[in-house]
Amino acid sequence: MADTPKIEIRGLKKRFGSKVVLDGLDLDVGNGESVVIIGGSGTGKSVLLKCILGLLDPEAGSIKVDGQEVIGLSTREREQVNRKFGMLFQSAALFDSLSVWENVAFGLISAQGKSKKDAKPIALEKLAQVGLPAQVGELQPSELSGGMRKRVGLARAIATQPEIIFFDEPTTGLDPIMSDVINDLIVDCVHRLGASALSITHDMASARKIAHRIAMLYQGKIIWQGPVDDIDKSGNAHVDQFIHGRAEGPIRMQIPV
Amino acid sequence: MNPLATVGRFFLAFLQQIGELTIFASRAVSHCVRPPFYFRHIGRQMLDIGYYSLPVVGLTALFTGMVLALQSYTGFARFSAEGAVATVVVLSVTRELGPVIAGLMVAGRIGASIAAEIGTMRVTEQIDALYTLSTNPMKYLVAPRIIAGVLTLPLLVVVADIIGVFGGYVVGVYKLEFNAAVYLKQTFDFLEFMDVFSGLVKAAVFGFIITLMGCYHGYRSDGGAQGVGRATTNAVVSASILILVFNYAITEIFFATR
Repeated sequence: MADTPKIEIRGLKKRFGSKVVLDGLDLDVGNGESVVIIGGSGTGKSVLLKCILGLLDPEAGSIKVDGQEVIGLSTREREQVNRKFGMLFQSAALFDSLSVWENVAFGLISAQGKSKKDAKPIALEKLAQVGLPAQVGELQPSELSGGMRKRVGLARAIATQPEIIFFDEPTTGLDPIMSDVINDLIVDCVHRLGASALSITHDMASARKIAHRIAMLYQGKIIWQGPVDDIDKSGNAHVDQFIHGRAEGPIRMQIPV
Repeated sequence: MNPLATVGRFFLAFLQQIGELTIFASRAVSHCVRPPFYFRHIGRQMLDIGYYSLPVVGLTALFTGMVLALQSYTGFARFSAEGAVATVVVLSVTRELGPVIAGLMVAGRIGASIAAEIGTMRVTEQIDALYTLSTNPMKYLVAPRIIAGVLTLPLLVVVADIIGVFGGYVVGVYKLEFNAAVYLKQTFDFLEFMDVFSGLVKAAVFGFIITLMGCYHGYRSDGGAQGVGRATTNAVVSASILILVFNYAITEIFFATR
């Protein structure tokens, strides 16, 4: 079983109406591996994550987590699988009816059945791990800055000690220095947990920092993938255009009409 | 453009809405009757729906009872049946106006706030976040609100009934110069259990409609702030219409078994 990939995606297809978003996508994420998917806006990166999480149902294909097919699971089985997952949302998606530490402790209480009293020290410990002092735990999410929200989101994602963590554009909306701080935290947290990570981003600096392997999504397929060190010599015109951010090249921005 | 195609498209969209709402409602109900229950959430929602709606519902019920006494007096005085005012007020309030007024007021207050809250949670990915934390949003967000709505609205309507009848009494005794004891006797002599009971059944159904429509429209909202605004409007409008439709339907059922 050692060589079973943590996540194995084969022939994944998803479309909305007549718009094909994912068109037979194949991707593996190994044990303890950090894979970053790059691709332009609107290429279906988020859709892919939502399919893996079970928030969207794909039309065809297979997604296996630890060798177990997860498409078409019942709600209860799905909840079991989702316990292996942690997710950092693009806007952090903190629950604004709860205080910061209750946000971090949410998964501990709901999924692992811990009492509030037992969960609080763990939550504060996770906050410390992302560089936030215990006082922040008593604040409301609305009182936090963008960078702090991301940190709290990260603390919430790692609190349940997930085996797989998903990062949805972890650095979008942050200044370059804060981006780098978050990247460092991500690398550190994933390493400490020994978890697998799947991230989507269009920030190349972030991708280079957190990835072991980079995959490029274009027109619903992975058109190139390889170790992060090979990204500059991919020999793929699409990848070159993307990582250098050139308007001219084989990728034409699709303006939806 | 083929005009028939437009009609057909509207009709299909309408049917699709009904289908989606039915699926949503049945899922919501199934979560309402299966454990685990989030008792703290239910309690907080009951406080919000019941206690904090008291001023609004109380005031509207008071003035409704008052105007009812005045208007029915105007009518009945024309054929010398002023004595029926008290009975008409109490029957109208308990059977009809108490539940409907409370329902419409709560639809505006609570239906809107539920739709806005859940809608905002949807567009800021908080509902997706609940899923990833192994918490079913239907169970965590929708079920407590619906349970609270069904339990609380009848309580609210009992209060509205009492205040409405009191409003009628105030006008009857102090303005129309009825004898207080006679007015009260006429109020309670002809009041039957079914009058109050049918009003409370209505209230429970209205509570279900209001919270369901708030949750349903909030849950489906998309497109940022504008989408949340649309969800809020739709929740209040659809809840208000459904309240009046179901009000007739329930009256009809109780009328048949009278």
